[in-house]
Amino acid sequence: MHTFDLSMEHITKIEGNASVKLKVENNKVKDVKFATEEYKRFFTEALKDKPLAAIPAHLSRICGTCSNSHIMCAIEACENVLGIKATEQTKLMRNLMMHGLMIRDHALHLYLFAMPDIFGKDAFLEFDESDPIQHKLLHDGFDVKSAGNFLATLIAGRSVHATLPTIGGFLKFPEPASVNEAIERLKNVRPAVLRLIEIFKNAPFHFDRQTKYMALVPEKTYGYINGVLETSAGEKYEEKDFRSHLEKTVIPYSQAIGYKYEGEGYMVGALARLNLAKDKLHTKTKKSATEVLKLFPSTDIFYNNLAQAIEILHSVDESIDLLSQNTFKPEEIIKAEPKNDIVGVGVVEAPRGTLYHKIIMGKNGKAESGEVIVPTGQNQVNIERDIGVLVQNLLNKPEYADNLEEDKRAVEFEIEKLIRAYDPCMSCAAHFLVVDWNMK
Amino acid sequence: MENKIKIGWFSYSCCEDNTVIMTEVMNDHWQEWKKIFDFRHVRVLKKNNIFDEFDIAFIEGAIASEKQEKEIQDIRSRSKKLVAIGSCACVGLPAGQRNIFDEEQNKHISFLVAKFGAATKVKKLSDVVKVDVEISGCPMNPDDFLNKVNTLVAELRPS
Repeated sequence: MHTFDLSMEHITKIEGNASVKLKVENNKVKDVKFATEEYKRFFTEALKDKPLAAIPAHLSRICGTCSNSHIMCAIEACENVLGIKATEQTKLMRNLMMHGLMIRDHALHLYLFAMPDIFGKDAFLEFDESDPIQHKLLHDGFDVKSAGNFLATLIAGRSVHATLPTIGGFLKFPEPASVNEAIERLKNVRPAVLRLIEIFKNAPFHFDRQTKYMALVPEKTYGYINGVLETSAGEKYEEKDFRSHLEKTVIPYSQAIGYKYEGEGYMVGALARLNLAKDKLHTKTKKSATEVLKLFPSTDIFYNNLAQAIEILHSVDESIDLLSQNTFKPEEIIKAEPKNDIVGVGVVEAPRGTLYHKIIMGKNGKAESGEVIVPTGQNQVNIERDIGVLVQNLLNKPEYADNLEEDKRAVEFEIEKLIRAYDPCMSCAAHFLVVDWNMK
Repeated sequence: MENKIKIGWFSYSCCEDNTVIMTEVMNDHWQEWKKIFDFRHVRVLKKNNIFDEFDIAFIEGAIASEKQEKEIQDIRSRSKKLVAIGSCACVGLPAGQRNIFDEEQNKHISFLVAKFGAATKVKKLSDVVKVDVEISGCPMNPDDFLNKVNTLVAELRPS
């Protein structure tokens, strides 16, 4: 029978800084604390009195890797304030920007963070180049990441803190030669993405549990910008009504805020999206991934990795079509005068799940206040609960009874793998906020 | 290459955009970097990190607490070269935007600053330790990063 405290100060191979504290008494998990260790940077407080034009770039700085989804979400919120309707070309370019983000960000997570666990390596760069499979995967990983980076840079100017998307349109438009290069790069990495799907389909890690899933589900094609908020229980909400169904939960020991839905934890992210909208994937994606798609809907959190791999394939297939079937012409930015006392809401699917921005305008044509809800804040309640169940399941096994130090190391490794499967972003989670609760 | 250059990569109060840029620059340079760099302490890449001594310590982010300040001083003492990367490390912003909040804004945040042991003011890296090289930008410019890394490599391991 084990009794121990486990303190993991720095979870590695994730975005940002998170910690876990675990208390076990007589083989029973007594307490789990999953906390964000990032210091608050108060982005929503700093948003006050900013002109709308400055808000997308400001909120982008909440997070590096998710920055382009923050820009997209803030632009949507600001355009809803201004009553601007984007042109068809702008919508197309925004979709491409989000596809570039998904390819780059998911590839970073899958190859550099999650895949070393499958191959018993500490780091992706430690893969053995003399082993044909590992050699191939090393090249695949950087090639896929590079293709996503190229697409994001082509459309948005940069893959991190994009410079070209703005309220009312884009500041620059892609040249045909670069569009052709992007198409070629995406076509070239498609076989690598199929290999990636196989790796995560066959990965030996599983953790099943029941929870609700929530995502922005588009009417037609699988995407990340438009749609209706849906849950796995069949509820549907309009974007503007988001605040009526998310319940803020104070986590006193964490620098982040958690969220619940109907009093329970829920999950957002690639697994939620695929569970709710796999039928809307690109035709080629569905054809190439027919067998693996039968695994969804799934309650296995480790299939969040697999869902991300499938999303990379969809974004590759969709981007090839969008780039091949369209030409890009310079367009004027749509402008409108700021209005007073109006609320604008933006909702997009960021790589790690549903992202909400709300901008409340004051009387001087500037923002009075705002609210940002990030995916990791929403997943935090589930992550903590799942760690407790995972560890209890391990301790119930007869092999976890003899060697305390060895078992603690094994528990630590299993916890890290589980957290990585959620792909949390702690930089996002600790960004704000205007606080309406009293912790004294 | 024998005697690889020991790299430490540390993130403090920021959005970690420079870490993402580094992993993107790696797309085209990983084979060369594997030969010349010992990624000794890079939490975003590995679990088994060694905190002993570094030829180059890269630090992104502003310094938001006394605890972080002490850690930075420790890293400095173990590093031949210390490089500040990105705007938050070089100028303290935007991570330190609360430094210029007005009285009303400070009322909203002050108990949270105190509760989590954050410093009254957020500092840039050079407020705390000697910085050898600065790579500014939000995020840092990839070409500037590569040029300065190559200069440091030539200085540390002259061919």
